[in-house]
Amino acid sequence: MSILFDRWLPAVVLAPSVAASLLFVYIFVFLNGYLSFTSSRLLPRYEFVGLDRYRELFDNDVWWESVANLFWFAAPFIVISTIVGLTLAILLDQRIRAEGALRAIYLYPLALSQVVAGTAWQWLMNPSLGLSHVAEQLGWRGASFDWLSDPSRAIFCVVIAAVWQCTGFVAALFLAGLRGVDEEIVKAAQVDGASKPLIYRRIVLPTIRPVFFSVMLILTHLAIKTFDLVVAMTAGGPGTSTILPTIFMYTYAFERGRMGIGAASAMMMLAMVVAILVPLMYLESRATRNAA
Amino acid sequence: MAGAVAAQAQTQDIEVLHYWTSGGESKAVNVLRQRLEKEGINWKDSAIAGGGGANAMTVLKTRAVSGDPPAAVQMRGPVIQDWADQGALVGLNAIAGNWNRELPPAIDAALKYKGTYYAVPHWIHRVNWMYINKPALDKVGGKVPTTWNELFDLADKFKAAGIIPIAHGGTPYHDGVYFEGIVQSMGVDFYRKAILEQDQATLTSPKMVEVFDILRKSQRYFDDGIQGRPWNIAAAMVIEGKAGMLFMGDWAKGEFANANKVPGVDYVCAARPGTEGMFTFIADTFVFFKQRNQPATPAQNKLASMIMDPAYQAEAALYKGAIPANTTVSLSNFDDCAKKSSNDMQGASRANGLVPAMNQGIPEAMLGAVRDVVTRFLNSNQDSQSAVQALARAARNN
Repeated sequence: MSILFDRWLPAVVLAPSVAASLLFVYIFVFLNGYLSFTSSRLLPRYEFVGLDRYRELFDNDVWWESVANLFWFAAPFIVISTIVGLTLAILLDQRIRAEGALRAIYLYPLALSQVVAGTAWQWLMNPSLGLSHVAEQLGWRGASFDWLSDPSRAIFCVVIAAVWQCTGFVAALFLAGLRGVDEEIVKAAQVDGASKPLIYRRIVLPTIRPVFFSVMLILTHLAIKTFDLVVAMTAGGPGTSTILPTIFMYTYAFERGRMGIGAASAMMMLAMVVAILVPLMYLESRATRNAA
Repeated sequence: MAGAVAAQAQTQDIEVLHYWTSGGESKAVNVLRQRLEKEGINWKDSAIAGGGGANAMTVLKTRAVSGDPPAAVQMRGPVIQDWADQGALVGLNAIAGNWNRELPPAIDAALKYKGTYYAVPHWIHRVNWMYINKPALDKVGGKVPTTWNELFDLADKFKAAGIIPIAHGGTPYHDGVYFEGIVQSMGVDFYRKAILEQDQATLTSPKMVEVFDILRKSQRYFDDGIQGRPWNIAAAMVIEGKAGMLFMGDWAKGEFANANKVPGVDYVCAARPGTEGMFTFIADTFVFFKQRNQPATPAQNKLASMIMDPAYQAEAALYKGAIPANTTVSLSNFDDCAKKSSNDMQGASRANGLVPAMNQGIPEAMLGAVRDVVTRFLNSNQDSQSAVQALARAARNN
């Protein structure tokens, strides 16, 4: 009796969450996939029309612009967050005083919702009342920063805000990884006369490889999911220069009554996530297998 | 007995979903509310601000799908016919009396689906307006432009005098409102074919390239701070004399009125270049959703006929800055711009020039796609030819 209980307990405990994720993730993904092949406009209509919605989506200039914007947003966002986050983590790792307080300060931005962060940065970067205005009042003539209203640069303002928000979190992840590195190996290297940069480059960073993997995983899906930050900062403007696939999807599905196109664009975003994450996970699992 | 009381209480309640939340708008709504409550009908207010009505429409969809739509809903444009087609609305023919004689035919048609009235209009807005600061106009010795060339001449004069020639708000919305005026200046038939019917041959014609050329040229007369500026701030620039001209529908007149500006003295209201004799309208209406699949409740009928009542129409249009939809209403309390508007509407109606404005005449998806093309053009170095191609493509796919 108790053997039976022990064997089934984990399954019973896990069942609700498995069922919930089956329903709320996979069933809905499937439903959305089905919608993307239908003629749904204002409301769902289950009439199969084949690939028409995808054809319309691929013929849509704004969709392709949103994909290009996603690249210009995600690439600098991921690279800068990782580099700055890692640097902060290494600096914090030097057994400094008030480390706890500093770590909290770096982490705080993540506690703010994206809407708040977006609105705050919109004010900061507004040419007539933000940072450049303050600089001018302090006597720095000709200080002007108008990227937010420049269609070719506005996306980088979003990058700045997103980096500001996520870097502390990345640093915390790296710091946890750094603390997990075996002290003995580091000491052995020191005894052998290795310099600090060399120790980090050859021993510490290769050891925390799995952390890089988690950071990539988290930042990539954060980038693809970004929505409220842009809505609050630029609402996709100037023009359509900061529109992202998520905003495209929302606009078409819920504002313009083109549910089919919205569903198709959501499937394309899923495809992007899969296309990036599956190779990453495969590489990672192979690497750990080799290590073991 | 208790059941009877409850049933009665229910028929005397009416839930109204609307997005009239700004100053003048909520005054207009309150007029209606008070009149209704005098008749013993309780107005349950569901005001949902934001998104130019998009938020309210999202709520409506959810409520309609779950089988509990509000009894009365503010609505405009082709979406009325969409909901009527779904069988969700109550027909109003029983109370429509003389509507077909009181309303101009083009507006009458916008309320109907297959011969049945489904919507009742509160007031009529005219979109093809421009406003010019009068002292600034006199200072540079200009006259009200009637063609785009005259307009650019005047803009040059403003520029030379240190006045921002055109007050514009850099939003897809205002970009669209500016753009439709240029299309309309190519003639009412061109506008009908290109925008309302999305005829491919018209959309790709040389005239459409000219439209984008004029748009590009206009852009030189905007100032640097347009990005994201709401239209009412743009209006304030003309009111204060910092800018010369504003292109916006007659709801902008409320801003001038609030600043105690008098038409003809402080500012001029005129039809946009090349659109004299044309009247592009927006009819704000209420539609009534079936409650539990039943025909119109007494409260719904009461509210519908109250909206067409001349006394309400006169009062509400005044607050809203529009003109009454009911042409039998006297305009003695209205300003000169509204009087001109009403005259123009009846003249245009006789001469086949009364047409729905862009955000009245085409579905949300198409409207959004047109705005996307226009706003992308204004925020890039795209040439007119490829913008025309983009517009034609957007029309095919929406």
